[in-house]
Parts: sequence; structure tokens; C-alpha cells
Amino acid sequence: MSILVNRDTKVICQGITGKAGAFHTARCLEYGTKIVGGVSPGKGGTTSEHGLPVFNTCHDALAATGADVSLIFVPSSFAADAALEAADAGCSLVVLITEGIPTLDMVKAREYLDQRGTLLIGPNCPGIITPGECKIGIMPGYIHKAKDGKGRAVGIISRSGTLTYEAVWQCTERGIAQTTCVGIGGDPVKGLNFIELLDMFEEDPDTDAVVLIGEIGGSDEESAARHIERHVTKPVVAFIAGRTAPPGKRMGHAGAIISGGEGTAASKIEALQQAGVVVAESPATIGETMAGLL
Amino acid sequence: MKVHEYQARALLAEAGVPVPPSEVVETVEQAGAAYEKLQGRVVVKAQVFAGGRGKAGFVKLCDSVEQVREAAGFMLTNRMVSKQTGPAGVPVRKLLIASAVEIDSEYYAAVVVDRARRRPVVMVSREGGVEIEEVAARNPGAIFKQWLHPHLSLLHFQTAQLVAALGLTDKEQAQAAGRVLRGLVDVFYKYDCSLAEINPLVRTKAGQIVAIDAKLNFDDNAVFRHPRLQEMFDPTEENPNELRAKQYDLSYIALDGNIGCLVNGAGLAMSTMDLIKLHGGEPANFLDVGGSVTAEGATEAFRIILSDPNVKGILVNIFGGIAKCDTIAEAVVAAAKEVGFTVPVVVRLEGTNVERARQMLQEAKIPQIITATDLTDAAKKVCAQVA
Repeated sequence: MSILVNRDTKVICQGITGKAGAFHTARCLEYGTKIVGGVSPGKGGTTSEHGLPVFNTCHDALAATGADVSLIFVPSSFAADAALEAADAGCSLVVLITEGIPTLDMVKAREYLDQRGTLLIGPNCPGIITPGECKIGIMPGYIHKAKDGKGRAVGIISRSGTLTYEAVWQCTERGIAQTTCVGIGGDPVKGLNFIELLDMFEEDPDTDAVVLIGEIGGSDEESAARHIERHVTKPVVAFIAGRTAPPGKRMGHAGAIISGGEGTAASKIEALQQAGVVVAESPATIGETMAGLL
Repeated sequence: MKVHEYQARALLAEAGVPVPPSEVVETVEQAGAAYEKLQGRVVVKAQVFAGGRGKAGFVKLCDSVEQVREAAGFMLTNRMVSKQTGPAGVPVRKLLIASAVEIDSEYYAAVVVDRARRRPVVMVSREGGVEIEEVAARNPGAIFKQWLHPHLSLLHFQTAQLVAALGLTDKEQAQAAGRVLRGLVDVFYKYDCSLAEINPLVRTKAGQIVAIDAKLNFDDNAVFRHPRLQEMFDPTEENPNELRAKQYDLSYIALDGNIGCLVNGAGLAMSTMDLIKLHGGEPANFLDVGGSVTAEGATEAFRIILSDPNVKGILVNIFGGIAKCDTIAEAVVAAAKEVGFTVPVVVRLEGTNVERARQMLQEAKIPQIITATDLTDAAKKVCAQVA
């Protein structure tokens, strides 16, 4: 089992003829993801370099292919609109990789997606992967380990990209599989967050524990901690990036900023520890900490 | 992106927010001329991004042209040192000279994006003139909020409630405050602000509602669609290395330590800083080279790190995903040739094309390079090198 995506998930790629879209569609197909078509306005009726049908609109693509998930690689100035189009066409899940989308665009888009009942992952994220079944995003596939037989498996939720790969790799090296890994993205306004995903992993019978990777900025980790205390029975290991980050400085991610005393690593770590979460001291010991717990 | 107070005042004034008459000057002569126009009592304010101007003596009330010239002379020739600037201080290039008003009451008004609720929130308080964080900590009940629906702007009833919360009962004053709030929200949306703040908004002894100080911060991701903001950008207020990094799509932030960091991914870059600290070192910078980094970009990253005289060692930490390890290895070799390594460079590579990258580094035989097997090993080695 897994959450959100599996071997049967049918995916279209918006921006399939762009450089990043074409490159990562190829990597996802190699991994075994059922990408069944793409969208590129003005290029409808052609075939992509992967041999997939290209459509002018999401509506056309969904009608022709039966897909209901969209992977978006559209440039930041048009990306929120692409997500709106995917939702309007009826996608149940939108994975928005694009970095640099204006915050007020995401404020409007998220509200519309909620009204349509469309789930969103991202933006500014690596995407989602259910190892061995379906990779919708830009993460390197080979570092992951699919669940086999009776081995232990964890779910991973993270605001970071490469730091997630680090955590995945440390787990894989210790023989710990992953049910699903979700990069929720580094922006201040985004789609699925820790709480919704913790609930999904809590209900997934194959997930034995959860790795939560947060960072400075906002209060999502504090909210997650309160939720874990009341509603999550599975063990949770966390890591929070940015203990040494100075206040008032945006640390790469648009959402990673300590402002007005809010969003410090110390506050997040304290909240998580109070909720019974084991917080790894070092980014190098996330896998080790999880292995110890399992 | 930030702009100066005088620029924020101009944008707000265009949106119908009343501000006292003012002039922007760059010399003592201009300051004197500005006073001749304004007359009466004026306030001279240094235009710098850093806070703490009042305490540092860079905001002064003046009643004569002599006082204005003296204040201007002082501010334009001395560096302003405050808690926010650090001991080195910052130079002052522009001054705002504004007519002073007789204050009866001070209020606070601002618009920000509430991350948890994913929508803008308008905040007002009767406790104006002080830092809002201070009010929030001491007396959170003194801040009244109205959240804006993502697809609507400020509604009439919300304006009425906000004005009522300010305790403005006089009809004309209430209407004037309502216009200020609508103007503030208009500016927030029109220019993709991350913060639009008037502090203080005042009622004068004559019963006028005017904005005395304003601060606008903008969403960096949206500046591309605002030519007006691009014109307002002041590069002299930015760290030169941070500007240089931006041109190469690198995300760099200068810090105080002596271990330079070159990492891919913001989360991993932050964690690398944390790890250095955990092993007793101090990071000299945050540097995320990004996912689509080229060898040229990474070479420039080395140049920027090495231009910091405090750097005594460098830690390269790459987990190749989209960014490939061999691209970084190529940059390491190129930087060794072009820039020349004057300090030890500890390299930890993992992920896409790592085997090829390791081979490239081995063949290059660069004496300053120390390879590390994992993250902890890398942190320990670089800390030992600078100790």
C-alpha cells in the first residue's frame, strides 16, 4: 500500500515539450510511471519526444487519456494558471514542481483547487514517489527502496528537496523501505501539508512510521506537533533545518524565513519533542534515528 | 525586495493615503532648499533599510534651516549604527524631509499573508508607533484582524469593523481611516506585497488622519511583473556578493563564520550550516547552487566564497538529483585552475553520476581537496581543517 499514487495512477505532464518537462517525463517513464500524454498550448495533435500524444488543453488531455493526475513544469509566471486549468479539467491531484510562483497567485489558486476538490502537492517541490510503482517528480528514483515482504517501511513528508533525498538514502542504506515520499515544497502558501499527509500515513497499513522534515519559517511544524499528539499513533522522527539561520533572512526557499520571532527551529523542535516526536540532532542521523525506533 | 520609506510613501500616496508634504534630498544644500519650501517644523529621516534609526540619532525634528542643514550634514557624513546594522553601520545616501504634524493618537495598520490560513490579513491596533511584534507579545488582544477572501478584496463591512476597532467614532475621521485601509490593501495587491505597513498612522490634533511612516516589502517572485518596482530597486542596500550570486541563479547569504559552504538545495544547505555548527565550526555563508546548476555557475560560486577573506576552509556537499555530481566535480576542477584554492576544500558527493565525479576529482590531483565518505565525516574534516 501507499498514499495518493500507485502503479495504476495515470498522469499527464503540463509543459511536456519544455526542457525540464521533457527531461523529467523521460525519467518518470523509465521509472515505470504511467505518463499517458502531455499538454503544450499550440502543439496539440503532435507527438512528444517520448512518443506521447500532446494536447492543447488539460481538458482535451484528460478526455482522451483518462488520466486524473497532472505533473506541472510550466514557468513560474504561468504555473498557477496551469494548476487552475488542471483543476478545472477535473484532475484529482496536481503536482506542481515549479519554483518562484508569486505568493498571491498561489493564494488564489489554492482556494479554487479546494473548491474543485483537487489536491495539490507543491509548488517549489520535488514531487511524490511511491517506490517501485510511481514517480511523479524530479527526485532520483534509484535511491528509494520499495517495500518487500515483511520489511519495515516509512512514509516521508518534507519541505525540502535534496534533504529528502538525504533522508531517503539513509533509510534505504539501513534496509528501511519507503511507502510514499512527498515533498510538500518550500513556499509559504502551498497544497498538502504535514497534517493531511500524517493522517494518510496513519491510515496506511503498510506505513510503520513517518519521517517529517521541516525547516525554519511559518508554524506548520508546530501545528503538526499538536496534531501528532492527539491523532497519530505511529512513531514519528523529525528533522528541522535551519538552527543556525539568522532571523530576517530568506534561506533559499521563499518560505524559509524567521520573522517577528516566529518560525525558529528551536520553537519547532520543542513543539515536536513535547508531542513525543524523536527529533534527529543532525541531518546525518535521520536514518539511524529511525532505525533505532523501528 | 524592499524599498525606502520615501518610495513606500509615494506608492501609498498614489493610492489615496494622505501623507505629510515631503522632499527627498541627497546634499546639505538640497536639504536647506527643501526646508525653505516646507517651513515650520520638519522631521529629517535617513533613508536606509535598517531599523533603529531613531535611537541611532538618524531621525531628527528641526525648526529652522540651520538645524536642518546640521542634521543633514551629520546624517550624510556618518554611518548609521544600530542593532540591525551591526557595528560597521551603513552609509546614508538619501534623506526624507517631511512636515511634522502634531500627534493626538497613534495607530497601526498592516497587510500580510497569513501562511496558516493561506490568505491576506489586515491588522490594526490602537497601539501604534511601537513594533507590532512587541504588541503581539505583550497584549495580543490589542491587535484586531480581518482576513481577506482569496478571490475578494477588502469588503465594506470589514473596513467598518477595522475602523471601529481603532475607536474612531467621528464620522469624517472614520471615513478617512477607511480610505487609508482601502488604499493600503490596494497597494498590497497592486504590487504583490509581502508586507504593507503604516506605523504610525496618526490622528493629528487638527483631526486629520495621516500616515507618518510606511514600510512596503515585495514578493521577490513577483517583481518580474512590476516595472515600477524594478526601477525602485536600490543595489547599494544589498550585499554585493549576494547580488553577484543572483546573476548566476545562486542563492547566497553572507554569514560571520570561516567555513564556506557550497551545497545543492536550500534545505540541505541550511542543514549543512547546522551540521558545521554541531561539530564546533562556524559557517561563513549559506549557498544553494540550485538544481539546474552549470559548471560556470558553480565556478562562480567558488569565486564568491573565496572572495570572503574570513573563509579558512570550504565544504562542498552535493546530493545529486537534478544537479549532477559530475557537473560539480567539473566546477571544482575548473575553479582550482582558474581561481586557485587557497584553503582546504572538503568534498562530499552522493547521488546522480557520483562514480564519474569521484574519478574526475581523483584524476585532477588537486592537493587542497579532501574527500569525505559521508555527511558527518565531511563536517568533522572541515572543522578540523580550520581549527
